[in-house]
Amino acid sequence: MDLSAINPILFVAGFLIAATPLIFAAIGELVVEKSGSLNLGVEGMMIVGAICGFATAVETGSPLLGFAAAAVGGALLSLLFAFLTQVALANQVASGLALTLFGLGLSALLGQSYVGIKPPRLGDINWGPLADIPVIGPILFTHDIILYLGLVLVIAVWAMLKYSRMGLVLRAVGESHDAAHALGYKVKRIRTAAIMFGGACAGIGGAYISLIRVPQWTEGMTAGVGWIALALVVFASWKPARLLLGAYLFGGITQLQLNLQGAGVAIPVEYLAMSPYVITIVVLVILSRDKSAAPASLGRTFHASS
Amino acid sequence: MTQTPLLSLSGLTKAYPGVVANDDVSLQIAPGEVHALLGENGAGKSTLVKMIYGLVKPDAGSMQMNGAAFAPSEPRAARAAGVGMVFQHFSLFDALSVAENIALGMEQAPKMSDLSAQITSVSDAYGLPLAPDRVVGDLSAGERQRVEIIRCLLQEPKLLIMDEPTSVLTPQEVEILFKTLRKLSAEGTAILYISHKLEEIRSLCDAATVLRLGKVVGECTPSETSARDMAEMMVGSTLRTPKRAEGETGEVVLALKGLSAASPSAFGMPLRDVSLDVRAGEVLGIGGVAGNGQDELLAALSGEMRVQADMVAVKGVAVGALGPTPRRAMGILTAPEERLGHAAVPDMSLTENAMLTGMAREGLAQNGLLNWTAAKDFAERIILKFDVRTPGPANAARSLSGGNLQKFVIGREVMQRPELLVVNQPTWGVDAAAAAAIRQALMDLAAGGAAVVVISQDLEELMEISDRFAALNEGRLSAPEPTADLSVERIGLMLGGAHGMEVAHV
Amino acid sequence: MSLATPLLAVVATMVFGGALFAVLGKDPVQAIATIFWEPLFGEFAFFYRPQLLIKGAPLVLIAIGLSLGFKAGIWNIGAEGQYIMGALFGAGVGLAFYPMESAFIFPLMVLAGAFGGWLWAMIPAILKVKFGTNEILVSLMLVYVAEQFLASMSLGLLKNPEGFGFPGSRNLQQYASAHNAELITGTGMHWGIVAALVAVIFAYVLLARHQLGFAIRVTGEAPRAARFSGVNPTRLVLFCLGMSGVLAGLAGMFEVSGPAGQVTIDFNVGYGFTAIIVAFLGRLHPVGILLAGLLMALTYIGGDIAQSQLGLPAAAIQVFQGMLLFFLLALDVLTNYRLRFGAGEVV
Repeated sequence: MDLSAINPILFVAGFLIAATPLIFAAIGELVVEKSGSLNLGVEGMMIVGAICGFATAVETGSPLLGFAAAAVGGALLSLLFAFLTQVALANQVASGLALTLFGLGLSALLGQSYVGIKPPRLGDINWGPLADIPVIGPILFTHDIILYLGLVLVIAVWAMLKYSRMGLVLRAVGESHDAAHALGYKVKRIRTAAIMFGGACAGIGGAYISLIRVPQWTEGMTAGVGWIALALVVFASWKPARLLLGAYLFGGITQLQLNLQGAGVAIPVEYLAMSPYVITIVVLVILSRDKSAAPASLGRTFHASS
Repeated sequence: MTQTPLLSLSGLTKAYPGVVANDDVSLQIAPGEVHALLGENGAGKSTLVKMIYGLVKPDAGSMQMNGAAFAPSEPRAARAAGVGMVFQHFSLFDALSVAENIALGMEQAPKMSDLSAQITSVSDAYGLPLAPDRVVGDLSAGERQRVEIIRCLLQEPKLLIMDEPTSVLTPQEVEILFKTLRKLSAEGTAILYISHKLEEIRSLCDAATVLRLGKVVGECTPSETSARDMAEMMVGSTLRTPKRAEGETGEVVLALKGLSAASPSAFGMPLRDVSLDVRAGEVLGIGGVAGNGQDELLAALSGEMRVQADMVAVKGVAVGALGPTPRRAMGILTAPEERLGHAAVPDMSLTENAMLTGMAREGLAQNGLLNWTAAKDFAERIILKFDVRTPGPANAARSLSGGNLQKFVIGREVMQRPELLVVNQPTWGVDAAAAAAIRQALMDLAAGGAAVVVISQDLEELMEISDRFAALNEGRLSAPEPTADLSVERIGLMLGGAHGMEVAHV
Repeated sequence: MSLATPLLAVVATMVFGGALFAVLGKDPVQAIATIFWEPLFGEFAFFYRPQLLIKGAPLVLIAIGLSLGFKAGIWNIGAEGQYIMGALFGAGVGLAFYPMESAFIFPLMVLAGAFGGWLWAMIPAILKVKFGTNEILVSLMLVYVAEQFLASMSLGLLKNPEGFGFPGSRNLQQYASAHNAELITGTGMHWGIVAALVAVIFAYVLLARHQLGFAIRVTGEAPRAARFSGVNPTRLVLFCLGMSGVLAGLAGMFEVSGPAGQVTIDFNVGYGFTAIIVAFLGRLHPVGILLAGLLMALTYIGGDIAQSQLGLPAAAIQVFQGMLLFFLLALDVLTNYRLRFGAGEVV
């Protein structure tokens, strides 16, 4: 065992990358849940985003186009969920599960001819002299644009929810769809928009795994990140700032166990690999006492009466 | 009248599958007029105002506002035309602040700081004190209603629709509200006032339109018409007041000693040191504005909420720590306020709903195996005895009208020979005939020697059927007093006056 | 109505699935026929028909357990993990006795399998009742944990000492006392299939005639009314999750000691997730689940045939199954609107 093989700077830079797919998926789901819908299909939308992004990037040679395609792919898949829950009034839990099962199959089908290929690389942003600052430079200023976009997105969602009219209406719909409907707000339209936003974000998160973090395509490669993102939203009490914190925590754990595996620690690989999931459960237990922050209409079906 | 009416409705008709909610309804409201819309539940009042507010589109007929055609496609359009509405079930968001709630009801909400200033100034002007930054979930019912009213007033409406505004207010709060409404009326704002409380209408309204089964059945000037005449117009038949047989009160059946418990729900009210004795043969009425601990009290008595064992005693046995099933076995039966989803399962049949609480006491289950034949028989007996209008016990609870389901729910408990029956809002949203039948059943039960506790927000109902009256306020229960000697003012004070808020200075 | 929706969903899935196969360059009619006809009535039906039972049994067994919880609004979606644990516990007990031959070994393995699944399901159950933790997320996380555990076991503790270093345990098919053998030769009938049938009957009686089944149904329809009627939500959560864990564990145990034979890294093939589709396709009704399980087994077997004969990718079958759940949920709109018109809020 050689713990000194873990370079702390690379480790921190690494966990920023590991956290990014989670940030995207979770911030999207946060918006969805704020509007009162519970979409358990995050994993499915991520994996579809992962393959859409991967395939597009490989075909066009442009990773950025890949990310755009991932967003579109995720949003399209989420539209299915929106249709099931908002129009057909199907059970949200079942619909979310359906989305995940379907997404896993669909991505495997789409990805058949992409196994073993290397995608084009998305270059890091050139921060100039900033990148040369010791310690901070390599940690903060050696990343691609999508990683920074994730941070911007969290701040944007936070500001939108707190200060904008749109955010107020979104929260209102999630709080009481009946009251919002009585005031004349289009509950289903607003929720559908939120669901599609969530789908697009999950798609980008998935593509970040297949294009940047790994980078290659394998079936089922999201390996539960979508589910962890769902847990993260609960962890964050539906607050964007805490969500960021949580994502770094999980990113850190994931990266740490990978590094420990690499360093040949005496713990069997399997037990290290299960640690992020175990820790997710532990965190859920610690935080599940406080449910007060949950949107009051979360997961309830809205059907306008009369 | 030569003046152009502010709002004129002619021939409005709206049908839903199976019911005509409004049939050729016409009425006119002049600027500054306080116009009462009177009718029983299900008479079509709500549908009518929803059409005016743009929530529902009429099938036929037309509306005119100041002489011009008026057909709002959505509430936004109605608000733009000067219609404001205060809902019966408040359209408020518990987790949001007062200012945020108000902003949601406005088309062009100003910046939050400006809006707060506006709220303060309007609330001062109309004597409706309200802090803009408070979270709505923590407000009392009276304060919540103010949020709605101020939300409307900020739009400077020409017509203000108020749907059953006083059902959640103490008499003192009603006075404050009426002062505000009179002031608005004097300034030229017309008010469409929906209620079934006749005395209120007589003291407040200039004109009244009476609806029955979707049709206009009469118009009158309330101050010149007796409450009884209006009631008969509303119901369409002569009313029979429930009569009670005089009975002796016996031993103490229910004894609450220092009952205190936190509320299980987030915006609920804890029970604080509630003490009470109820004797056999007695009806005890518990009044109070919604949200003052009624649900919690019922839950503590039904066993849904466990408390310390000795806090609740029935016939000397400490039952506080028992769940609903053992309590039922002892004859402690309850009927909660919410019919659909609490007292009954909406999508299950009446047979299944009879099984729901009848399982133990009616012997509908042996060794865990259910006897559906016996349950069906029990349901049929309830239907017969309580005149529940339904094709049969196989029908879903949801398919019954409010009054019929309530008769079923109350009947289900009454038929199980309770030693103690506790009901919450037994006649809420129920038509007059069914309400009278339910009240009669409760009084008969007491006359037969059971102890009956009626929790209700309808003071007239409590005065009519209870021997003693106590009030719940902020989770505390006042000492019960015999109803015979109670004045309205005294009741108002027991209910907590204007909820400790400064009385308006208009 | 309750029968029409699943049938319509199957038809819609055939149509759209056929379209999908056409896009993949396969003859849609032939592909659908291969999936649905070939295993039942084709040339090698004598081989495939027993397979139908073998594949259907774990699906039915797991789905029956899940349906009890789903009916009550308790969402165990980690049956895959409980299935793995049942297999590990069952196989573990069997291998512990190797090479002793005795009649009590197999019953002990059955108990151990049930216990393993129960134990794994008790984790989300206890966390839910003690801390209010979301059982969906916990049970799902535990699938990943169980998969890692499976890997660790097949590479470590349960590895066949005579396996020349290859991962995987001894083959239980070659250990008579621990082998879940065919009961009647050539039918595919093994103890797991018997267990599945017993579970169907048990669930039917429970839901139709027993107080506990009534409590489950009431809780799913109206949780507040359930509490009012005296249902203890804590006990219900423990029962529903526990029961689904037991059944999933049994499914895993019967699989590992029978058709699969040994513990390997990729022992689990997604029955725990497919069973979710089966439960919904069967409308959470025991008899429905029995039929749905057989139908889903048919798509697995037919899919395999289509894969070898037509080169239809395995993933296409997965999409096909996912589609089925979609159409089923979407077509529920018919029932929903009829039932809930004007009724407003429905949870």
